[in-house]
Amino acid sequence: MNKRKIYIGIMKGAMYFCTSLTALLVLFLFGYVLIKGIPNITWELLSTKPSYLAGRIGILPDILNTIYIVIATLIVVLPLGVGAAVYLNEYALNKKVVELIEYAAETLSGIPSIIYGLVGMLLFSNNFGTSILAGALTLVIMNLPTVMRTTQESLKTVPQSYREGAFGLGAGKWRVIRTVVLPGCLDGVITGCILSIGRIIGESAALLFTAGFAHAINDFFTGLTSPGATLTVALYVYAKEEGEFAVAFAIAAILMILTLLINLSTTMVGKYFAKRRNI
Amino acid sequence: MSNIITSKDLCLWYGDNQALKNITVDIPEKSITALIGPSGCGKSTFLKTLNRMNDLIPIVRIEGEVCYENKNIYDKDIDINELRREVGMVFQKPNPFPMSIYDNVAYGPRTHGITNKAKLDEIVEKALRDAAIWDEVKDRLRKSALGLSGGQQQRLCIARALAVEPKVVLMDEPTSALDPISTSRIEDLIMQLKEKYTIIIVTHNMQQAVRISDYTAFFLLGDLIEFGETDKMFSNPKDKRTEDYITGRFG
Ligand SMILES: Nc1ncnc2c1ncn2[C@@H]1O[C@H](COP(=O)(O)OP(=O)(O)OP(=O)(O)O)[C@@H](O)[C@H]1O
Ligand SMILES: [Mg+2]
Repeated sequence: MNKRKIYIGIMKGAMYFCTSLTALLVLFLFGYVLIKGIPNITWELLSTKPSYLAGRIGILPDILNTIYIVIATLIVVLPLGVGAAVYLNEYALNKKVVELIEYAAETLSGIPSIIYGLVGMLLFSNNFGTSILAGALTLVIMNLPTVMRTTQESLKTVPQSYREGAFGLGAGKWRVIRTVVLPGCLDGVITGCILSIGRIIGESAALLFTAGFAHAINDFFTGLTSPGATLTVALYVYAKEEGEFAVAFAIAAILMILTLLINLSTTMVGKYFAKRRNI
Repeated sequence: MSNIITSKDLCLWYGDNQALKNITVDIPEKSITALIGPSGCGKSTFLKTLNRMNDLIPIVRIEGEVCYENKNIYDKDIDINELRREVGMVFQKPNPFPMSIYDNVAYGPRTHGITNKAKLDEIVEKALRDAAIWDEVKDRLRKSALGLSGGQQQRLCIARALAVEPKVVLMDEPTSALDPISTSRIEDLIMQLKEKYTIIIVTHNMQQAVRISDYTAFFLLGDLIEFGETDKMFSNPKDKRTEDYITGRFG
């Protein structure tokens, strides 16, 4: 009896220790980056481009590039991923092939991103030059499995009875998909979208090869065809090549806050749709 | 009275498993036909062959004929969407779409090309009145249909089916998920509907079959054992197995 109590006590203690260590590590990392980064976030940093003449560093181009690359990637990856998911879930009859594709998609999402970078460089940068476009297309390949799988999972949660009800009223296949199935899986599409944005913002290896390091300010369309660094790539460059740790930590703090917001919005989307489902 | 649906030597397989065996039956127009029989005997399967809902299941294979208004609905040149408009369906579990009450009822008419707002309003109101739910929902047409009670949802689904002006309405145990009060409201409704529609209803409830139906078909293990006027079948069954079933000796 006593032995048992001691044993339980020790195990409990060990668990508390592990939990608090994990929590402390996260808090420390967060605190460290924010404390070192936030004081360096100035309006000048956010609103200018770097100039050697003025001896000034600005990350506006990097912010713009990040936005461009997110938009360009999503424009391509969303229709592709959602389309593929709808085909696999609603049309494909050969379940073996569907399973094979799902397996391939799962494997694809586990490959280190630098390999995507290498392939993207050969496929896209060699054709479109080192550019935001080449980077975005590389990210499309990287995120396609994510978008496809989250959409698919969410398609599977659309009750079969909705489809039956719609078919029973004489709706054709495409009308059923457009009016009943797709609205029902909107949460999956949005989740896939947010996860992709998170991955795009956090990606560096694949972009080093394909989108380059430039810090010029462009509009969306010229931006697509010119090289450009995203925030994450800029962080790497400033820290590693230029030793500008103040700037690097400022960017790090911004990225951290963005990640936090992205996680929050995923949770909120989940909650919102869960609520809408059980009115 | 003429027959609106007739099936001849209808056989159906799920893969290698035969679920319907040579079903031959004539269903009279503007009447209520009840399909009864123990679980797994093929009632739902038979019902779904009548508007080709079995097409949604890839492993299904069908032989024989089902004629709707003297035309075989398994012919190649049949417009399945038009068939399902004329032969509508209400399911066991109420399945309103996650949209407003109005949009649920308007879904069918919109599917078949009606876009005029005034016309849609008129159809929606008429269908909801026919389904005896208008008074309960007229002030909340734009609210989600999922907020209705189970019985209201089922009447909404009936309204949704009526909104495309079908001639036949197939119902698969429409009251089995409902409380007694909702059930009796829906039974009253079904009896009113037979003035305009032909109703074929699956039920596990013998009293219900007796209360509402004009004809009854008794299925057992994929065979149609007996078909006839409900009063006669329940007072004087021809087949021993029918007698055993309706007197509650099995099933
Ligand atoms: N989708 C399906 N795939 C394979 N077999 C099926 C399928 N649906 C039904 N069956 C089989 O066909 C037979 C008839 O089933 P059906 O659902 O028509 O019975 P039922 O009379 O409606 O039963 P219940 O009263 O329980 O609803 C059963 O043996 C069942 O297992
Ligand atoms: Mg059934």
